[in-house]
Amino acid sequence: MVTRPPSDASSLQPVDLADAMSGFDSPDAPRKNRLDSPIRGPKLGPLEFLRWVWRVLTSMRTAIILLVLVAFASIPGSLVPQRSSDPNGVSIFRDTNPELFRFYESIQLFDTFTSVWFSSIYLLLFVSLIGCIVPRTLYHWRILRAEPAAEPTSWARLPFRRSEKATGGSATALDRAEAVLRKAHYRVVRDRTSIRAEFGYLRETGNLIFHIALIGILTTLAATGGYGWSGQRVIIEGQTFTNQLASYDTFHPGSWFAEQNLHPYAVSLKSFTPKYTRDATKDVWMPIDFTATVTVTEGNSSREATLKVNEPLVAGDSQMYLLGNGFAPVITVRDPGGTIVFDQPVVFLSQDSNLTSVGVVKVPDGLSEQLGLQGFFYPSAVALDSGALSSNNPEPTNPTVTFNVYTGDLGLDSGAGANVFQLPVESLTQIAGRHTGTEVVLSPGDTFELPGGLGSIEFTSLRRFIGVEIRHDPTQMGVGLSTFFLVAGLLASLGTRRRRVWIRVRGTARAPQLEWGGMSRGDDPRLDVALDRLMENARQTSTDRVTGA
Amino acid sequence: MTNSLESISLIATYSAMAVYTLAFILFTVDLAGRAAVDGPSKPTRWLRSAMAVLVIGFVVHLGADVTRAVSAHRVPWANMYEFGLTATLVLVGVFLGINIWRDVRFVGAFVSGFVILALGIVTVNFYVAVSPLPPALQNYWLVIHVCVAVLGTGFFATGAALSASQLFQQSREEGKLQTRSWRFLSAFPSSEALEALAYRVLVIGFVFWTFTVIAGAIWAERAWGRYWGWDTKEVWSFIIWTLFAGYIHARATRGWRGRPAAILGLVGFGAVLFNYGIVNIFFKGLHVYSGL
Ligand code: HEM
Repeated sequence: MVTRPPSDASSLQPVDLADAMSGFDSPDAPRKNRLDSPIRGPKLGPLEFLRWVWRVLTSMRTAIILLVLVAFASIPGSLVPQRSSDPNGVSIFRDTNPELFRFYESIQLFDTFTSVWFSSIYLLLFVSLIGCIVPRTLYHWRILRAEPAAEPTSWARLPFRRSEKATGGSATALDRAEAVLRKAHYRVVRDRTSIRAEFGYLRETGNLIFHIALIGILTTLAATGGYGWSGQRVIIEGQTFTNQLASYDTFHPGSWFAEQNLHPYAVSLKSFTPKYTRDATKDVWMPIDFTATVTVTEGNSSREATLKVNEPLVAGDSQMYLLGNGFAPVITVRDPGGTIVFDQPVVFLSQDSNLTSVGVVKVPDGLSEQLGLQGFFYPSAVALDSGALSSNNPEPTNPTVTFNVYTGDLGLDSGAGANVFQLPVESLTQIAGRHTGTEVVLSPGDTFELPGGLGSIEFTSLRRFIGVEIRHDPTQMGVGLSTFFLVAGLLASLGTRRRRVWIRVRGTARAPQLEWGGMSRGDDPRLDVALDRLMENARQTSTDRVTGA
Repeated sequence: MTNSLESISLIATYSAMAVYTLAFILFTVDLAGRAAVDGPSKPTRWLRSAMAVLVIGFVVHLGADVTRAVSAHRVPWANMYEFGLTATLVLVGVFLGINIWRDVRFVGAFVSGFVILALGIVTVNFYVAVSPLPPALQNYWLVIHVCVAVLGTGFFATGAALSASQLFQQSREEGKLQTRSWRFLSAFPSSEALEALAYRVLVIGFVFWTFTVIAGAIWAERAWGRYWGWDTKEVWSFIIWTLFAGYIHARATRGWRGRPAAILGLVGFGAVLFNYGIVNIFFKGLHVYSGL
C-alpha cells in the first residue's frame, strides 16, 4: 500500500510556491535546478505556448494579482448605486446626472458585480483556482499514501538537530522513540537503525478542502441560482395573500423560473402590533418590536404563526420576511344618492418616524367626474403654530386624514396614472383641500360632502398593513454546506504544522548515539520546542511500557 | 440611574485615554533610551512600567465598556461610538494577550498611540447617548457578527503595526534610515522575525474576518431575506477578505515575501479603517447603524 513519495512534485505545484514550502517536497534537490526561473517567456510552437499560458495562469503570482484585482474591481460597486441593491438610487442618478449616467451605463458601473469586466476577473481566478487545485489534489492523494520521506543527504542543513546517548542500547532507544512518535500521531517507518516519520498531512488536506469549497460556492450559485425567485407584497390586516404570480406587487423570477414552481399556500394577516419606546435624549419614538400574527394555510391544514423582523416565516418552499409596515385608512366614497362607489383600505406610505404618511385614492368610475384624492395621514395629529398638522407619536392616538381633492382625467386609460402612489395633479382641477379654503380633515367616522354635490368621502376605520418579501433561494443549502467546509478546511490547515522527523543511530556499538533531525514546511517557530518535548518523552518512556504496548 | 451610569462610562473612557497617553509616553521613553545605545539593546525599566500602565488603562477601559453595556441593557456595539469603544478595548486586549505568547512589547508605542487616536476621534466625533435598538438589530447574530469583527480588527491592527515595523526595519537593514531618529529600530527584532510574527497575527485576523463575513451573511438572511446582496458594507467586507487572502498567498510565493507581502497586508488594514471610518458615515446602504 505504502509507496515511495512521488518525484515529480515540481510539475504538480504552482511554479512559484515559495522555496520554504516547495523545498519540503524535494529537500535535496540542488538549489540551482529547482524550479528556477519558472515563468520563462514562451518558446516557439503552439504547444509550448499553451503550456506557458497554463503555467502562468496557475501560478501563485497570478492568483495574488487576480485576488487584488477582484478587490479593486469591487470598489465601484460601493461608490455607484447598484441596480441589484439600490434601483432607486440608479433612477435618481439618471435624473440628476444624465450625461455621466450614460457613460457609467456604457461601462456597466450600475451592474458592477455582473459586468463583463468583473465577471472576467473572477472567472479567470476560478480557472486559475481549478488549474491549481486539480494537480495539487492528485499530488496530495499520492503523498497521503506514501511513506514518510527518506532521510536527507544534507543532514547538516536540517533546522533541528540533536544527538543523545542511546540509553539501553540502540534498538531499545529506537523502540521508545517510535512509540512516542506514533503516540503523537506521526506516520512512522522503522528500519533496523533508523526511523523516518512525518506529521501534519491535514495541513494540505485542509488547504485543498478550503479551495475546493470556494469552487463549491461558485458552482452552487451558477447551477441553482436560476431557480430562485423573490417577490414583494403589501398585506393589509384582514387580507389574505395566496402564493401565485398574480398576487405579487413586484416579482423577480430567476432565469429558470416557471410559474408552476410556486407552491400553493395562503397567508392571512390577522393583526400587526408594533411596540415603540421614547428615546428621551433625541426626543423621538423608536420601534422596539414588530409582530405580525398570521394564519398560514397549506393544503387542508391551517396554523397560527407570527412573523417578526429577523424571524422569517417558512411556508411552502419559500420564506416570508417582514420588511415594512404602515397604516391603511379605510376610505368610503359615495355618490350623491348614497351608493358606495369605493370602499377599501388604502395603503399610506410613512414619511417619518412618527409615521406621517401619504397615500392616493383614485375613483375613476361611479361619480359624474373622475375623482382623485391626495391624502395625508397623521396617527397622532397635533396642530402646529402655522396651523399645519403634524404627528407626534407613531401610535394612532388621534388618527386624522386630510385630503386634497381633485377632479379631471386621472389618466388611467393612457397608462400615465398607473403608479398607485402618484396623482397627475398638474392636469387635474383641485376642488377642496389645502389652499382652497375648504380643508378636508377627517377623524374615523367623519364624512366630508364634496363641493358641487359630487358625493361624499368617509374615513371609515383604520387598519395596518405590512410589506413582506417572499423568497425561494435554492442556493442556501449548497452555499451553506460549502461554507462549512471552507471554515473547517481553513481551521484544519492553519492549525496544523507539517513536520518531518528522522532518527538514526550513530556512534560506536559500545556507546551508540541517537541522532534526531527535523524540519517543517514553512515557518514553524515551535519546531524546536515540539521536537525537544518528543525527545524528552522518549527518554521518560520506560522500556516495559514500550514492549508492553 | 441609567443616565448616571452612562456618564460614568464616558468619564471612564476619558480616564482610559489619559492612562493610555501615559503608557504611550513610557513606551516612547523606552524606545528613545534604547536608541541611545549602539547595537542591539535590552528593554529598559521604562518598558515594564509602560506595560503596567497599559494594563491599568485596559481595566479602566473595560469598566467604561461594561458600564456602557449595563446602562444600555445590551451588548456595547450597536453604533459607531460603541463599536469604536469596544474595538479599541479588544485591540489592547489582543496586544496584551499576544505578549503572553510572544514578546511584542516593542510595538507598544504604535499600539497605544493608535488606540489614543482612535478612541479620541471616536469619542469626540461619534459619541451618542444610549438609545434602544431597532428591531433589525435585535438578533444574536448581531452579537456574534460584531464580536468577531471587533476581534478581527484587533488582530489586523496589531498585525499592521508589526508589518509597518517590518518595512522600516528592512529599510534600515538595507542601510537606509541610519539617522539618530531611527535608532529606536534597534530595539526591534529583525525584519524577518517581524514578518513571521505579523503573518501569525494577521492570519488569526483573517480567520476572525471569515467568521465575521459568514455571521453577517446569516444575519442578513434573517433580517433582509438574502444572505448576500452587495450592500456597501458587504462589498467592503469582501474587499478586506480578498486583500488578506492575497496577503496570505503573497507570503507563500517566491518573490512576494518580505516587502510586497507586508505592503499588501497594510493595504488590507487600510481597507479595514476605510470600511469603519469612511463607509459607515459617507456611504449609503442597509447597514446604517452608525447612530449619527
Ligand atoms: C478564489 C481565490 C482564492 C482564495 C480566496 C484563496 C485563499 C487562500 C487562503 C485563505 C489560504 C490560506 C489558508 C490555508 O492554508 O488553508 C490559501 C493558501 C494557498 N492557496 Fe489559495 N486562494 C485562492 C486561489 C488560489 C489559487 C488560484 C492558487 C494556485 C495558484 C492557490 C494556491 C494556494 C496555495 C499553494 C496555498 C498554500 C499556501 C501555504 O502553504 O501557506 N490559491 N489560499
